[in-house]
Amino acid sequence: MFELNGFRALLYKELLRFWRVAFQTVAAPVLTALLYLLIFSHVLEADRQVHGVPYAAFLVPGLVMMSVLQNAFANSSSSLIQSKVTGSIVFVLLPPISHGAFFWAFVMAAAIRGLVVGLGVWLVTLPFVSSGLAAPGWVLLFALLGGGIMGSLGVIAGIWADKFDQLAAFQNFLVMPLTMLSGVFYSIHTLPRFWQVASHYNPVFYMIDGFRYGFFGVSDVDPGQSLIVILVCFTGLALLTLSLLKRGWKLRT
Amino acid sequence: MELAVSFAGVVKCFGAFTALDGVSLDIAEGEFFGLLGPNGAGKTTLISCLAGLARPDHGRITVLGRDVVQDYLAARRLLGIVPQELVFDPFFTVRETLRIQSAYFGLRRNDAWIDEILHNLDLTDKAGTNMRYLSGGMKRRVLVAQALVHRPPVIVLDEPTAGVDVELRQGLWRFIRRLNQDGHTIILTTHYLEEAEALCGRIALMKQGRILALDSTANLLARFTGHTLVLRLAEGQVLPQDLLPLSRAAREGELQLHLEQLQQLEGILAALRLAGVQIEDLQLQSPDLEDVFMSIVGTGKEGG
Repeated sequence: MFELNGFRALLYKELLRFWRVAFQTVAAPVLTALLYLLIFSHVLEADRQVHGVPYAAFLVPGLVMMSVLQNAFANSSSSLIQSKVTGSIVFVLLPPISHGAFFWAFVMAAAIRGLVVGLGVWLVTLPFVSSGLAAPGWVLLFALLGGGIMGSLGVIAGIWADKFDQLAAFQNFLVMPLTMLSGVFYSIHTLPRFWQVASHYNPVFYMIDGFRYGFFGVSDVDPGQSLIVILVCFTGLALLTLSLLKRGWKLRT
Repeated sequence: MELAVSFAGVVKCFGAFTALDGVSLDIAEGEFFGLLGPNGAGKTTLISCLAGLARPDHGRITVLGRDVVQDYLAARRLLGIVPQELVFDPFFTVRETLRIQSAYFGLRRNDAWIDEILHNLDLTDKAGTNMRYLSGGMKRRVLVAQALVHRPPVIVLDEPTAGVDVELRQGLWRFIRRLNQDGHTIILTTHYLEEAEALCGRIALMKQGRILALDSTANLLARFTGHTLVLRLAEGQVLPQDLLPLSRAAREGELQLHLEQLQQLEGILAALRLAGVQIEDLQLQSPDLEDVFMSIVGTGKEGG
């Protein structure tokens, strides 16, 4: 059962919420990504090439996608934990908002924040590195699906956590390692054999790799395979989140 | 007349604790209904089950015939709930808060009604103010406004005047009374017994998850015939022996005598005069809801 009015209103509210504090939710992560680019490209450049492109250019898509993923997660999880802690969650639990509308509003708002930050990161890196777009459709598809996956994970984490430090643990011990060890800063072919194999069990690796394919037309694994992996991930997480919302897990007693 | 709200055998447990122990209660359309009881009686749990914030373990709840579990979207459209906790969303102004709340119910051009609510709750000059900068009383008014944006036929107010000033209480009740006169069903939980007595046509008294008494306010009050004579005696003075059987629990410095009939007053005053007792102050009180409440809730069973 999908309730369009509730979905539209909740999506609008979630977008307005992060836009109201855009300095913190958009400008800050863009600056962080820019600092990564400047430092890593300065330290590691030295004529280094990955997949036939200069290291700084190789780094940009990874940083953009990492920003998309981390900010999508931050959006849904922080919105939910804040409203749970302050009690204002009742404003979305009392109206006629179906669990489907609730899910899609939070996930789409998360993905949109991820895309806005990702676009910001890409734009600020343009003066330093020119990176073309070999397949823009793949870029958009992977960004949307990646944002959707992390937005769903954020919904689960935001509902699960009772306190801000529990959410921080989720972010620091799961989201951060998965994104940092996913090939943002390197091609997995440069890793020892064990870590190459291990990386294939990290779904974020496929998000980054497929996204990077959209920029350069080359990737560590076939982008079709990456797409299947992240479609399966998104579908699985979406079904899990929807069933938790339907049960009212930790939201309705 | 159709039932506005119906609770049928509602049971809700939290672990080993039974918060609602088979509550059955029907509230007709257009009623101004009071739900009274001490802390922990189950009033808020009952409201939470009605609102869909809690799910009953057994029993059924309907709002104008719509089941709050099976047909929850329709049921929630018919309900406006003012929560007990003073909560707010710090990102928005008062008007934005009300517009967003309207939009959840599919009302995108609702400013005329929003302006009317703001006016009635004396919030017009705060419409552009961020929620963070409002006082507690103002935030409480916005909570009431949020519950009313979609003109719900059934309005539930869970302790709406707890900790707010007299001016707001009076203004709020004028507005709620008018909504009731316009046909809205009002369900009120309150600790202020005089409020319930003045406003509610019918009252349920709850304790330990059960309804101990359910009747019209007039009938509940009628169970307590007689009057109370409140006396303040001069220092060192004591009540004559023959008046002691009439004496009830007294507040500090005051004596309360129960009179079955008003004619007893003359005899009491004569007895006091004869004993040479000096009286500093004297008041004759009619029964109020507090007497009913204390009697029924105090013993845990229906009294009269």
